[in-house]
Amino acid sequence: MDKALIKKKIGIRIAQELSDGDFVNLGIGLPTEVANHIPEEIEVFFQSENGIMGVGAAPKPGSEDKDLINAGGGYITVKRGASYFDTCLSFAIIRGGHIDMTVLGALQVDQHGNLANWMIPGKLVPGMGGAMDLVTGAKRVIIAMEHCDKYGKAKILKSCTLPLTAKGQVSLIVTDKAVMEITGQGLLLKEIAAGTTIEELKACTEADLLIPDHLPTFGD
Amino acid sequence: MSKIIQLEQAISLINSGSSVLFGGFLSVGCAERIIDALVKKGTKDLTMIVIATDYDNKGVGKLITNRQVNKVIASHIGTNKATQTQMNDGSLKVTLTPQGTLLEQIRAAGSGLGGVLTETGLGTVVAEGKQIVNVDGRDYLLEKPIGADIALIKAYKADEKGNLVYSKTARNSNPIMAMAAKKTIVEVDEIVPVGELDPEQIITPGVFVDYLVPA
Repeated sequence: MDKALIKKKIGIRIAQELSDGDFVNLGIGLPTEVANHIPEEIEVFFQSENGIMGVGAAPKPGSEDKDLINAGGGYITVKRGASYFDTCLSFAIIRGGHIDMTVLGALQVDQHGNLANWMIPGKLVPGMGGAMDLVTGAKRVIIAMEHCDKYGKAKILKSCTLPLTAKGQVSLIVTDKAVMEITGQGLLLKEIAAGTTIEELKACTEADLLIPDHLPTFGD
Repeated sequence: MSKIIQLEQAISLINSGSSVLFGGFLSVGCAERIIDALVKKGTKDLTMIVIATDYDNKGVGKLITNRQVNKVIASHIGTNKATQTQMNDGSLKVTLTPQGTLLEQIRAAGSGLGGVLTETGLGTVVAEGKQIVNVDGRDYLLEKPIGADIALIKAYKADEKGNLVYSKTARNSNPIMAMAAKKTIVEVDEIVPVGELDPEQIITPGVFVDYLVPA
């Protein structure tokens, strides 16, 4: 499937998890797609951890403000009702449990809710930035990612093998193939993408899936 | 006593081997003129404490590109190739710390606290070698304070007493880092007479500020 369509499908599905008045932090990359699909009847405030609540749309070319960027370094605008604060307060908002939902990408995630998304030893060490704080502090952690890596290998594992970002903090995983919830009993398959069979899904998922009798579809 | 000094004097306060808290994030809200002067002077063996090491040719990254830093404490180095290259060849010691933890460590140093207790990093490599403290049945990591010899701060406006106001997201780490150094030096776009800033609007009170450098 086309990458843009995959992004859109995941973004639309995660946007359905939002409630009116939520305070939300979106990671860079695929998670930013969620902002394009907020249901019209609700209002959501997006935080950027460098120090703003109420991130607006991207500025028109030529009207960028050099003092107004998001945590990815991109220029932004503010929406009505926005506020600025220092980065320490921004992380107090995150670590103090005041963020309703964060959406992040993953290198690996496992059936115990462990997440690895900040380094590949010997290859890629960009630093964790605010990811560890976000995953530990947000009320709900939703992982947005393609179901398999670019070689078709599973990223949803029995147990993460890469260095962890946080232990046992992931709530929900949304991919192009499935919606899965981490529960006390294990990884519960909640929805399957239209056109994907359970056999196909199992073949590219290493984690044990709890499969209910009634399985709704999404993304059709 | 006037807090206003010129760029050359500001640079003379920073010695080889100094530890420096650099305000700013991805070069927004960083004391770029002071950094440029430091690059020109070539002050060596600096310890850099910063949220992110910015870019190879912009922000604090210029000091790394010019090999003036031998130790970095940061949460993110992914935008700066020189940091990664020098870390891999062993010439630069890099400590990666979760961003919220790093800022609280700096705030602790500026607030006279012996450290902070946080759940961030539990069960990860960040916890290695650190004390775990149990409070009412919950585990926390003990993260110790981080202060420095110098803080280099960027503000939008100051009065002559050093009271500071920032601009939008250029505020970022500046108010926190201004609290935690032996000497705090502020590069400021505009300095106004005392009494012109509304006390309700001041973000960093002048008590934290030693020197103002007009931009």
